[in-house]
Amino acid sequence: MGAPAIGARRGSAGWTRAPRGYAPRPVPLLEIQGLRKSHTSPDGSRQEILAIDHFAVAAGEEVALLGRSGTGKTTLLNAIAGLAVPDAGSVTIDGTDIVRLSEAARDRFRAANLGYVFQTFNLLQGFSALENVELGSAFGRGRDRAFARELLVRLGLETRLAHRPAQLSVGQQQRVALARALANRPRLVLADEPTGNLDPELALEALALLRELCRDVGAALVLVSHDRDVLARFERRVDLADLNRVGRAAAQEVAS
Amino acid sequence: MTLLWLVAKSLRQHLFSSAITMLVCALASGLVLSVFSLERQARAAFTGDIGVDAVLGARGSQIQLVLNSVFHLDTSPGNIPWSLYQDVARTPGVELAIPYAVGDNYAGYRIVGTTNDLFERFTFRADQRLSLPAGHAWFDPLRAEAVVGATVARRTGRRRGSVFQPAHGVSRDSTVVHDVDYVVTGVLEPTGTPLDRVIFIPIEGLFRMEGHVLRGTGEEFTAVPGELVPDEHKEVSAVLLKLSSQQRGLFLAREINEQGDIATLAFPVARVMAEIFEKLGYVVLVLQAVAQLVVVIGGLSILAALWNTMNERRREFAILRALGARRATLFAAIVLESTAIATLGCLLGYLVYGAVGLAVAGILVDRIGVHLEVFAWSPVFAAVLPGAVLLGALAGLVPAVRAYATEVAQNLRPAS
Repeated sequence: MGAPAIGARRGSAGWTRAPRGYAPRPVPLLEIQGLRKSHTSPDGSRQEILAIDHFAVAAGEEVALLGRSGTGKTTLLNAIAGLAVPDAGSVTIDGTDIVRLSEAARDRFRAANLGYVFQTFNLLQGFSALENVELGSAFGRGRDRAFARELLVRLGLETRLAHRPAQLSVGQQQRVALARALANRPRLVLADEPTGNLDPELALEALALLRELCRDVGAALVLVSHDRDVLARFERRVDLADLNRVGRAAAQEVAS
Repeated sequence: MTLLWLVAKSLRQHLFSSAITMLVCALASGLVLSVFSLERQARAAFTGDIGVDAVLGARGSQIQLVLNSVFHLDTSPGNIPWSLYQDVARTPGVELAIPYAVGDNYAGYRIVGTTNDLFERFTFRADQRLSLPAGHAWFDPLRAEAVVGATVARRTGRRRGSVFQPAHGVSRDSTVVHDVDYVVTGVLEPTGTPLDRVIFIPIEGLFRMEGHVLRGTGEEFTAVPGELVPDEHKEVSAVLLKLSSQQRGLFLAREINEQGDIATLAFPVARVMAEIFEKLGYVVLVLQAVAQLVVVIGGLSILAALWNTMNERRREFAILRALGARRATLFAAIVLESTAIATLGCLLGYLVYGAVGLAVAGILVDRIGVHLEVFAWSPVFAAVLPGAVLLGALAGLVPAVRAYATEVAQNLRPAS
């Protein structure tokens, strides 16, 4: 989109553009082992919904998960984000097994290290675009209005900073949501059907922006989608139906 | 800071309901402040230093006697002979005895016949004396002259040199007007006491007023123009007394109230007035209970206002949690929001109290001349704000628990 490179004005505390030819480190940023998650059905029985023996993502890596309905994609993302506690297993992010953390510690960890993009954007209606982005870092590093503004300018929303979500187009709302997910300079960005509410053209544009921003901050990206066009843009694609198979020892990558 | 930011944003987002709830809290706080403080100030005004230790009057109710002669309310319980006034005035320990004779009015304001002792020797509120503006003068006791209180002058337009004719009786509705012109020689400087609502004329003038009948001897006597009124025929409605000591007052009270049968000594005046408040005690208690109930309603209105927003805010809470907000942060935000509403409402309540207090004080000064110190210190001033903070925090607990318990995954599902 011809936008200026972000972070050029920033020092070490600002953007850290990943070097060209970046190669993932051998030690994974995210590693899931023996993850099990079940929930109670309306009839009272326990139903296992997630069983992942192993899944790993390297720092700065981009992974697309093909998530068909009912394959537990949102549950998996929630488990990675520490929003849902698994029944068993570990979710290690940057050396910290967040399953073993207290809830408050998980919240702090999430606020400092993770970004989350939702299918329905989940912007707060009472907050302006700029304030919504500020919220992205409010509970971790603290509000950073300058950086939030820089992100929105980078995404072409410099004239929409004070607009409420209801005053923005769908595409603009999505860009605000992307900016919010990056506002805390996360190590890992989780995106749950981030283009699901966009038309194909906007979807690809949003995806490109998301990947660009993640690369700019050096964040790994785990994206869940059922859109083949979106998935096709990723080198590493994993079919969640294969990954989340009870009893399977390892994830099976989808053959392209 | 993030917490305060969230609270400020929420208050702004729910501005209408927040403002209405604040208003409820303001009215509740204002009511509590008004009931507790104004009762205290009214008690102080009625039982404070009014310059009179005791009042001597006709046999009857001490409260009626004090209300009639000091506050110029209620009707006179009757008259006592002039000789009794003279006897009491000569009694050792009586430093000052000021006779009052009532029975006429002008434009509804009472006319009191008295002597110049009132102007020259009477003191109130730490030796303050009645005073006149430059160029004004006290009345000549042998002339048809009058000194009017500040409120009377303001409300009737009487000024120095004005002439008026007294009407018979103490009611404004009286249609019998005495055919005698009284000239105003002075307008009292405002005193903030019931004296502001009185017209003073020489007591001889009242004795000699056309149509007035004196019964000092028990026989009816009508003054004859140009002739002295014999003392034995004279009567007074009350005598204001200043005494040298409490003991003297107790001695006089025993002598007059227990041994005599024609007069009553209301002593001490402050105690008599305090009796009124004691008799009205249950009314005050009811008012206080109502005020406290309204405060509880204020707290419940905060709870209801926040509770009603909880459903629409569950998704908001879930989003904030997904962004890293802890449960405790959301809990604190709701309690803080509730506390902020109560606190801001309470601060507005002080303004409400100021408005109510000034209005009530204005009415009291206007109607009975009693001056309320609306902004004088009252313990309720210090109690209401912490009380509001506490109430606000308590009211926020239930919605805060609901916010605390918000399940993220459940509330972040896309709306279908």
